[in-house]
Order: sequence, then C-alpha cells, then structure tokens
Amino acid sequence: MDFLNAIVAFANFVLVPGTAYGAQLALGALGVTLIYGILRFSNFAHGDTMAIGTMFVILITWGFQSAGISFGPLPTALLALPFGIVLTGLVLVGTDKVVYQFYRQRKVKPVVLVMVSLGVMFIMNGLTRFIIGPDDQRFADGERFIISARNFKEMTGLDEGLAIKTTQGITVITAVIVVAILFWFLNKTRTGKSMRAYSDNEDLALLSGINPERVVLYTWLIVAALATVAGTLYGLDKSFKPFTYFQLLLPIFAAAIVGGLGNPLGAIAGGFVIAFSEVTVTYAFKKVATYVMPEALAPDGLLQLMSTDYKFAVSFSILIIVLLFKPTGLLKGQSV
Amino acid sequence: MKKLLLATTATALLAGAAFADGHAKDVKIGIILGFTGPLESLAQQMAGGAEAAIKEVSESGMLLDGATVTGIRADSTCVDAAAATSAAERLVTSDKVNAIMGADCSGVTGAILSNVALANGTVMISPSATSPGLSTAEDNGLFFRTAPSDARQGVVMTEVLMEEGIKSVALTYTNNDYGKGLADAFQSAYEAAGGTVTISAAHEDGKADYSAEVGALASAGGDRLVVAGYVDQGGSGIVRAALDSGAFDTFHFPDGMISDKLVENFGAEINGSTGQNPGTDSPGAQKYQELIGDAFNATSPFSAESYDAAALIMLAMQAAGSSDSSALKDKVMDVANAPGEKIYPGELAKALELLKAGTDIDYVGASAVELIGAGESAGNYRQVTFTDGALEVVKYR
Repeated sequence: MDFLNAIVAFANFVLVPGTAYGAQLALGALGVTLIYGILRFSNFAHGDTMAIGTMFVILITWGFQSAGISFGPLPTALLALPFGIVLTGLVLVGTDKVVYQFYRQRKVKPVVLVMVSLGVMFIMNGLTRFIIGPDDQRFADGERFIISARNFKEMTGLDEGLAIKTTQGITVITAVIVVAILFWFLNKTRTGKSMRAYSDNEDLALLSGINPERVVLYTWLIVAALATVAGTLYGLDKSFKPFTYFQLLLPIFAAAIVGGLGNPLGAIAGGFVIAFSEVTVTYAFKKVATYVMPEALAPDGLLQLMSTDYKFAVSFSILIIVLLFKPTGLLKGQSV
Repeated sequence: MKKLLLATTATALLAGAAFADGHAKDVKIGIILGFTGPLESLAQQMAGGAEAAIKEVSESGMLLDGATVTGIRADSTCVDAAAATSAAERLVTSDKVNAIMGADCSGVTGAILSNVALANGTVMISPSATSPGLSTAEDNGLFFRTAPSDARQGVVMTEVLMEEGIKSVALTYTNNDYGKGLADAFQSAYEAAGGTVTISAAHEDGKADYSAEVGALASAGGDRLVVAGYVDQGGSGIVRAALDSGAFDTFHFPDGMISDKLVENFGAEINGSTGQNPGTDSPGAQKYQELIGDAFNATSPFSAESYDAAALIMLAMQAAGSSDSSALKDKVMDVANAPGEKIYPGELAKALELLKAGTDIDYVGASAVELIGAGESAGNYRQVTFTDGALEVVKYR
C-alpha cells in the first residue's frame, strides 16, 4: 500500500504535469525545428506566433460561448481551434510576403533573418497586447478533471490523490494526433517529400522542379497549425498571458536544440527532456521516500537535489552538456 | 579627490542656504513618488492626498503665523535609484524644500534616505515603503513612514494562523525584495511562535509552468500554503497548480494576493482560506473619503497614508515652531501619538491652533497613524476569510 502511495504521489506531481508540459514544449519545438530545417533560420517570433494564434482561438471561443455553442464536456476552444489556425496561417503567410520574402530573395545570411524575426516578434507581441490586452485571460470551460485528487482517494482508498485534468489529457492526445499527422504528411505525401527534399538540399530540390515558394507556403501553414495548437493547449492547461508566451520561447528553443535542430523527432524528445528535467531534478522526494522507506529511516530533510529556483539552470545545463558532446543534438539534426 | 571636496563643499553650502531659508514664510514640501514606473497608477492618488493636506494647511493660514505651503512634485520612478536620488537632490538643493513626503517604493526610498536626506539633514516621511530593512537603516532620526513594515505583517500573519490552529505551513514567495522580505519576516515570527515552516521556496513571476514548485511544496507538506506573491503574476499560477494537483486545499494570502481578481480567479475553490491586507475601520478613513470627494479615488492604496505623511510634516513644524528639518524631526512622534486630542482628516486647522496654544495632539488621520519603533506605522490590517466564493472581512487588527 505504501509503495502504491509513493508511486501515486510521484505520478501526481512529476509524471502527469511533466508529460503535459513536455507535450506543449514538443509542439512548440516542432514549429521552431521545421522553420529551421526548411527556411534555415531560428524563428524568434515563434512564442508570439503562439500567443497570436491563441488570441484568435480565445476570441472565437468567446464568440461561441456567447452564442451558446459548447462542446459538451470538452473545452469549446477545441471547436474554435480550426478557425484560429486559419487566421494564424493568414497572418504568417502575410508576414512572409511582406517581410521574409524580401530577404529570402536577396539570399541573406541566416543571422539576418534571425534579426528580422526578432523584429516580427516585437510587432506580434505588441499586436497581441493591443488587441486582447496584457492581462490574464481565462477561456477554459467544460469538465475540469478527468479524475480529481479527491475522487481518486475515495475510489482507491489511498492516502495520496492523483489528479488528471481534462486539459492535460487533451494536451497529450492532441499532441499525439498532431505529431502522427505531421509525420504522415512529411513522409508519405508528395508535398511533404518535396519539403524534406528542399530541407536536405535546396539546389538539388530546385533542379528537380520543386517550387520553392510552394514549400515555403506549406511550411508556414504547418507552423501556424502547430503554433496555434501548442499555444491553445498551453493556455487551456495554465492560462493565457502574452508575456508568458514570450517567455516560453526559451524552453522551446532549448527543447529544439537539445533534440537536434531541424529534426522533428528530436524536437519531441527535446520537449520531454526539458520538461522532465525542470520538474524531476528539483522535486523534493521526501514524500515518496517516506512511503517507501521503513519508518525508522524516514527522512527529516526534503531530499531535494536543488531548490526550484534552479530549474532553469538545470535545463540549460543539459543544453550545454548536450551541445558539448553532441553538437547536433540528441538525435542527429543540423549543427547550430 | 579635488572634485569630491569641491562637490562636498558645494553641497554643504547649499544645505546651509536651505537652513537659512528655514524661517521664511514660505514652506516647501517635496513630493517624490513614482509618477512613472510600476506604481504610476497609484502615484497620482498618493500625490493628490499629500496635496490635499498641503492645501488645507495653507488655506487655514495657521501654520507658523501664516506661512504658505507649496508642494513640489518629483519623479522617483520606483525602480531607478540613480534617477530618484538626483530628483531628490534637485528638490533639496535647487527647490530648497523643507522636508520630503516620499518616496514610494522601498528600494528608491532607501537610496534617497542614505544619499540625500542624511547628507542634507532633510526629514522624509514615506507613505508606502514597507521593506523591513528600512527599520534598521541609519537615519539620524530623519526618516519616518506612515506605512507599516512588512515585519509587522509577518507578525499579524502569524497571529491569524495561530488563532486558526495552523501549526505547520509551506511557504512560497515571489522572488523580489517584497516577497523575500515578507517571507523572511513571516518565517521568523511564525517559528518564534512555535509554528513550523516546512519549506520556503521562491517562485519567479510570469513563468511557463509551476508544477516543479508545487511538487516541492506538496512534498514538504503543511496544513496550509502561504503564498507571498502577486495575484496577477506567479501567485495565481501557484494556487492554480496547487488546487489542480490536490496538493493544498486552503491557503493564506498576504496583501499582494488580496484583490477582487483572486475571488474572480478561484471563487469557491479557495473556501476556508485566510488572508490579511492593510485596512482600518477607524472613522478617519471615512472622513478622508468625504474630504476628497470626487477629486480622485481616495480609496486607492496608500492615498490616505500620503495625506497623513504630509500632514505630519506640517504639524511637526508647528509643534517645533520652525520649518527646519533639524527641529521638526523631534516632534513627528509627539504629534502622531497619544496623549492629546485626536485629530482626523479635515481638522488640520484645529490641530495647528491647538499646537500653537501648546496643547498636545494625537494625530489619527486617515490611516489611524500610530508610530512605533524607529518611527513607522504600527499598521492596521484587516483579516479576511473566503467563504462560499466571496471575500469576508473577519476583523481589524
């Protein structure tokens, strides 16, 4: 029984939140890695693309809610998601036509494009705040829990509760579906293959008759979908605040780089590595240990490797160690 | 070195000039607040409060046989110590103010106190600096505040929790001067009273994910989680994650968390939680709001304290019979505390008259001022509890 309690406590505070957070980071990192692989620059505007996409979803969700449309036990935001993706796609393709295309045709160095994306980031950032405001917005509705801590305790008779939020469940399931579609698209469809060809060798791809503008267009549309889904899932699970999305950029880039920039599988692995390193290394194992160990050996201290203040230091240490020993990331990506 | 000597001499000369002006009929009070920066939304109402007191005294013509009082505004920026210091320097040396009402944020207040007020011997009364560090700062008796130190809030929190029978808590604070100061003050008071703080963990504001923090807090355990953070920042994120994972059901909220937003965010989920924030049921608060009327929002935080800070400066001048900082600094405690006739907002003329006649006064003012220790407000807090998704005031202490 005690052993079960230990497992449940660990699952409740490490496994479940870590998995959900990892899925959110993985979706964000996928977008970053696609742009890096195909358009060949680090898109600093990605965090704010997520914010702007989520903003569209929120506005549409509010419209649905006031019109009385709901999605049963699931959040209404899921219904609004496709519309949000379309709007975000329009914004991204528009940005590409107005800004990036100019630099791409001049074949500027990647670092110039990075700086350009920095400018785009500030504009998107301002736009989001201008339209929806800098404050917290809550738009989650429907059932809050798949299973709440209290119900779990009553059902199992254990001392420890296990809470799984609907949003956490949706996050993981949606992430799996989105990733499956993405890989099917990249590996099986003609457009996906042409995108990979363009990513592998631009000149060869051009010679074999691939239209680069089409590849760019599809890339932005996929990125729009990934960013909006990641942003909305994150917003549903926690809350929407433009500044937080801007801050998400750091862990997302860390995830993409750890996994190997330009490698979609790496982005997913990186997302989970970063999320779990943040949650696990700073976890205080006192509770778990108290259950597992005999009473005489029960710990007085917190059994915490390091204080939670250092959780960002942990993920960035991992980033540095990976880059030192495997400069292309855990799974082979392009070197930075 | 030569430059330093020159600068020192110049400052000394200017300070001398300021003293020479001391007995003139013109009294000037510097109002240094963060008109730009993080507290800019509060600064206007605070300055308005101070200026209301100045106007009241000036129009009465009772101060020092008919002196006119003017307030001179300066920007403390709240966060930039260098900018605040030079603004205060300008007030003292160029505008030649007799005393300073301000500053607002603890950091810049400390900077102005050590760099300007001490060097020039200028009295300053802050309406809103709450850092416990300022209680022990070197001030030569020049510094007062009408806001309580957070050390006091730590004690009040301890009393509330002890009366509730809570003997062990987990503590998380926002990682800045306010959060850390309050957390340390609370921890020492609580442990002295026999309570146990199982863990004291910082959280950063505006971060993506708080499950690591909540995991550690939950593992450490405790009967209640004390969240010394901001309601529109990481504080709410922590509470959300703690509720969702079932780590804690009830919380204790200090002043940074108490707001309508908290109830709006969590509603009935935080039933049974407790908290406290500055507040008083003294009749002074009501009178202050009537006095200000529609001029600005008199219930804005620290507006009443600003009125009181400015009023105390002028009353101390009257008691000392001089507008010199060196003379009035000894009278601030006398006019603020018992014994004497109680003085409420709008009664400054009466107070000036009483003081002139040599009668003691006990300035109560808009925020029930009672100066203790090194000249800081004893502090009045309202204890609140959350029942059925609404905030209820239990009592004032």
